[in-house]
Amino acid sequence: MTDSTQSFQFFNRGPSPAVRLVFFVVLSLLLLFIDARYRYLESTRSALSVLVSPIQRLATLPGMLWQQAGDFFTTQRSLVDDNKSLHQRHEYDAAQLSQLQALQHENQQLRNLLVLPQRDEFTAQSAEIVYAERDVFKRRVLIDKGANANVQVGQVVMDDTGIVGQITRVYPWLAEVTLITEKDHVVPVQVLRNGLRTIVFGAGDTSQLSLRYMPISSDIQNGDLLVTSGIDGIYPPGIPVAKVVKIERDAAYPFARVTCLPVAGVDRHRHLLILSGLPKPPERPAEESAAQNLKTKQKK
Amino acid sequence: MPYLASANPEIQRPVSTSLIVLSVLLALFLNGLPWEGIWLMLRPDFVAVVMLYWCTHKPLRVGIGLSWAVGILADVADASLFGQHALAYTLLAFGGVALHHRLKMFDLRQQTTQVFGILALTYAVYALVHWQVNGYVVWPYFLGCLTSTLLWAPLSIMFQSVRRMRVDRE
Repeated sequence: MTDSTQSFQFFNRGPSPAVRLVFFVVLSLLLLFIDARYRYLESTRSALSVLVSPIQRLATLPGMLWQQAGDFFTTQRSLVDDNKSLHQRHEYDAAQLSQLQALQHENQQLRNLLVLPQRDEFTAQSAEIVYAERDVFKRRVLIDKGANANVQVGQVVMDDTGIVGQITRVYPWLAEVTLITEKDHVVPVQVLRNGLRTIVFGAGDTSQLSLRYMPISSDIQNGDLLVTSGIDGIYPPGIPVAKVVKIERDAAYPFARVTCLPVAGVDRHRHLLILSGLPKPPERPAEESAAQNLKTKQKK
Repeated sequence: MPYLASANPEIQRPVSTSLIVLSVLLALFLNGLPWEGIWLMLRPDFVAVVMLYWCTHKPLRVGIGLSWAVGILADVADASLFGQHALAYTLLAFGGVALHHRLKMFDLRQQTTQVFGILALTYAVYALVHWQVNGYVVWPYFLGCLTSTLLWAPLSIMFQSVRRMRVDRE
């Protein structure tokens, strides 16, 4: 098809570029507003993702081929070494696991005696990172399990050592994981050493985390391990999140600057675990009724 | 069309729809490669450069509406806010369409400086939206603007040769 009709379209061009510009700019701004404020467009997004995902899948191929080529040329020697170290690791872990089981049993009995609710078990399914988000602004990865594997928004994602992130968006065959290092991503944690409760924030531009609003006098040390506190009902309790690496206490500021590094290989591993089946915490008691009670009491 | 002859005969060379579609798909593919770290910052926005090429060379075929639609696809691919790429590419396309008369008169080096302006605007709009919504800007992001500009000349030459090949075959 040629463009020989170009000159004849002179009188039939439709609206001028300026009109189109204004129309599409307004349309974009409207979409931006709706998406940023109300998140109404998630279904449209997953419908359109069916169009785009073949290209995305294709784009992961070169990396996968590269990896497979690397796997192919792995030497016998390194495999034997790996096997040996894994065996050792397994024996060590098995010993620890049997101890842990004894402790778990004991804990269960103690909880029974004290009439405390039992700790809930959670199940996990494994997933593989398909690709990292190609956006400088974000720290997110996409994994190969989506709505087809019953993945839901809000589920927690971890690797073998600790928390990696949280699922923030689910596509038909993919799910988006926001890493804990994403700017302003929040995880409620506890210092393992003394049980101090706090909240850890992602720093965004580096792969670090920070504790904000820690009073200068608070008992926190270099090397302290932070584990999830489980108070929010989203993150299961007791999973390692980060290690404190630097504390700056400046008397001029009311809060100490605490820098932590994530325990999990947040941007290293390929295989992740999605935790599911966390129980819903009981509903928060309504604050209004409490306030009303107070008022009625005061009236009396 | 002798009355339309200009300094740059490239503009008049016909182009098939399949070439346009193929190039946009290829650009989406290149954008989707697993870029990481510093390479992600240095990654040119292939889609933007390809759209700009078609907007300046075939403004009647590829215009603002199509660029907007491609922007929406880019938004889905990058999981950015709906309309973020679309808004940026709309302005890009308007810049391209407005510039296409002038571009006929320029050689590649002069074109590159003009293209830099449009791409800088596109990048700035994208970053501005992000700043408005999230409250911060990652400055190395603008490195991509420079590499995208550098991509203009090789891309133009490549498309020229591809289109010339097709014409010769016909």
